[in-house]
Amino acid sequence: MAAAQAMSSARRHFRSLELVLGVLLAGGMTLAVLFSGLLFPDGGESMDLMARLTPPFQSLAHPLGTDPLGRDVLARVIVGGKISLTVGVFSVLGAVTLGTFIGLVAGYYRGITEILLMRFADIQLALPFILLAIMFLAILGTGVDKIIFFMIVAQWVQYARLVRGSVLSLRDREFILSARAIGVGNGRIILTHILPNVLGPIIILMTLQVANNILLESSLTFLGLGVDPLIPSWGGMLADGRTYLQTAWWVSVFPGLAIMFTVLGLNLLGDWLRDLLDPTGQTSK
Amino acid sequence: MSDKANRQSEALLSVRSLSVAFGTGDEAFKAVKDVSFDVQPGKTLAVVGESGSGKSVTSLAIMRLTDYTGGRITGGQVLFRPDGGEAIDLVKASDARLREIRGNDIAMIFQEPMTSLNPVFTVGNQIAETLILHQGLNGREARLRARDLLQKVRLPDADRLLDRYPHQLSGGMRQRVMIAMALACNPKLLIADEPTTALDVTIQAQILNIIRDLQAEMGTAVIFITHDMGVVAEMADDVVVMWKGEKVEQAPVRDVFAAPQHPYTRALLSAVPRLGAFTGQPLPKRTPVMVMDGGVAKPVGGTHEQDTADYTKPILQVEKLTTRFDVGKTFFGRVTHRVHAVEEVSFDIYPGETLALVGESGSGKSTIGRTLQQLVEPTGGTVRFDGRDMEAMSQAERRRLRQEIQYIFQDPFASLDPRHTVGYSIAEPIIVHGLIKDSKERTRRVHELLEQVGLQPQHAKRYPHEFSGGQRQRICIARALASNPKLVIADESVSALDVSIQAQIINLLMELQEKRRLSYLFITHDMAVVEKISHRVAVMYLGQIVELGSRRAIFENPQHSYTRKLLAAVPIADPQRERAKVRIEGEIPSPVRPVGQEPAIHRMREVAPGHWVAIEADSLRGAA
Repeated sequence: MAAAQAMSSARRHFRSLELVLGVLLAGGMTLAVLFSGLLFPDGGESMDLMARLTPPFQSLAHPLGTDPLGRDVLARVIVGGKISLTVGVFSVLGAVTLGTFIGLVAGYYRGITEILLMRFADIQLALPFILLAIMFLAILGTGVDKIIFFMIVAQWVQYARLVRGSVLSLRDREFILSARAIGVGNGRIILTHILPNVLGPIIILMTLQVANNILLESSLTFLGLGVDPLIPSWGGMLADGRTYLQTAWWVSVFPGLAIMFTVLGLNLLGDWLRDLLDPTGQTSK
Repeated sequence: MSDKANRQSEALLSVRSLSVAFGTGDEAFKAVKDVSFDVQPGKTLAVVGESGSGKSVTSLAIMRLTDYTGGRITGGQVLFRPDGGEAIDLVKASDARLREIRGNDIAMIFQEPMTSLNPVFTVGNQIAETLILHQGLNGREARLRARDLLQKVRLPDADRLLDRYPHQLSGGMRQRVMIAMALACNPKLLIADEPTTALDVTIQAQILNIIRDLQAEMGTAVIFITHDMGVVAEMADDVVVMWKGEKVEQAPVRDVFAAPQHPYTRALLSAVPRLGAFTGQPLPKRTPVMVMDGGVAKPVGGTHEQDTADYTKPILQVEKLTTRFDVGKTFFGRVTHRVHAVEEVSFDIYPGETLALVGESGSGKSTIGRTLQQLVEPTGGTVRFDGRDMEAMSQAERRRLRQEIQYIFQDPFASLDPRHTVGYSIAEPIIVHGLIKDSKERTRRVHELLEQVGLQPQHAKRYPHEFSGGQRQRICIARALASNPKLVIADESVSALDVSIQAQIINLLMELQEKRRLSYLFITHDMAVVEKISHRVAVMYLGQIVELGSRRAIFENPQHSYTRKLLAAVPIADPQRERAKVRIEGEIPSPVRPVGQEPAIHRMREVAPGHWVAIEADSLRGAA
């Protein structure tokens, strides 16, 4: 008992550190992006061709240097966060909601419902992603909302499969049987007994997927399927800076760091949230 | 004194002031504190205690297996004399030396035979591995020897068994394979950690017999770790009683039972249900339980006759209930095999009465409970609750039935949702059935229920993992009572608990029965518990009731051969008692049958008023 207590107190300290770091990183980034219009009224578009490819930390005007067109990297990183975060966060939230719902229904009710839903998911998984993207966005047209919609449609499957798997193992647990024995109805069992118990892995997958989708947006933009390439986004900046990597590393490294810190912050928050939701506090890392 | 010194030098194993801790620094948890005992060659030492007493950790520490479970030996010696010569201190021995000793001089059997056998190797290969490793035999010799060993543990058809995989064997057979493996190298010492706890009683009796016979034959010393005082009485020469990591008593087995010295031993023995303790009494009886309170054993509760049953009109009538499950289908979905879990079972339960359903695994006793609770659909038969036919009920009536019948599961931890407070879990039936709308009123009711089961109102805000096993079962009982049921189905509800806790929970159930005139369907495999709690008993075998009668009739005048066999298999917590001469043999047959092969339904005859016995066909007599 004493050993367990020692462990849990150490864990609690670590937890609060996780929370502070997570809020600082993810929260700071979100705030900066939200107020980017105030900070950089030009939207990171103004060019200063005389100061092109200024290295970072050398002038106050361009603390993080400039890109090949002389645009301020700091401004573009912060303004670019708008599209990246919007796409990353909302596509994941949408996919989680849809996927979790389908996974819960398929895993809990089994039978023909499950067969239809899961076969459909398998078929979708079998289609090459890029092909799907070209098809989809060619029909819908491009734009931030279309990209988010497409990502939701393309990615709900992973959540549905994850949730269904967890539900399958949960539905045979004795506390579910015991709830049924008491007379609890199906809807209530799903919402109050199954959903809280599958949240842990979903949260982890979610936070990882945000990073993926930020990069995915840039790939789609690169293919001409995404947002207007002139509007800055982290993924787009990474792609632009690639050719200058040996001579002007800062052009791509700073947006890369922005992605990394955001994702790290979200991951820490995700871990913290998962442990907050788990009263046993014994979820192993 | 010189005699004692002499004994010590002869001891095969001397544990001296052994201490084991988990964790480090000030936060370290001392699982074993300063424990000493000797094991004499060829003798059996039983180490008894309840969960958390440190008995298993002690056994692991002897082989220094605690190194692999996060524990540390913080002091003491474990002196092992394999040939009566120079003693080796296993605490200080090198890893290489220890590997030579493990499995060769000291062997171990664990509780769960399924998890201790590797599922991807055949039985023969696993036994042979030990032989090749320690005895340097080649493959063919090892296989021959493995076959001998399987015959030694009385496994029929040893030749074919060598090529079977663990999952193809029953639990009892797997445990015999484990014993065969443990004995492969003629160890001097065998450590058996709860080797029969997971097995049915008739299988347990067989395994205990085998261990005893082989011990006599091979002269092996045995350390027998168990919580079951009945097993202790049957197996041990000497007993070490452990409590909270310390040895509180050590004595020859007769002395421990006849004149226990330490208050804890006295409390433990008073809590052990003894078969035959209620002979001659017409009604079940509540008796005081000794509870440890600050190092002193205090009696709790009084003696009450449980005269609660009202035999005018039954609350539940079950007639020819049949439940089967389809298993094994062809590619085209045609069913090839069925589990005949319950076959034409009939019984009644009266208000305020406890009917015990006893039987071993596969007897269908739990399926009956689950069918009554509408967790499983019956295949046939009728169930009437309060005179209403369940099949004719509307959806709403069926829901109401779930309020009037409640179920308590075996494992209280598994049956509580870990994500909700226990207060929520207890309130759930009230919410679901809309019994109390006002949330303040509901909270008050939850607090009241917690108090009724012997917990405190402030416990409502805690989560299941913050409670001990006994407390959790109290929570499950509170939850079952929340909807004011008339019938409570208790499915092995006290089987997983330590005996002292078990005795308290049984008393609680009986007290609640008296206060609320509850009827219980008490499903269990434990005959001694049945004798204590039930008014009437139904004995089940392979999905059918073979004997049904009053508690006295079943225990004092058992008629069916299976009932007798079951009673004979129960280990009795009395070392003075003659060991049963009857040798129990045979596995429990499987209830899975190919489609079209229906089991024969026994006809029952009434041998005395209310005492029904199945007429035995020769085939059944052969099996039982």
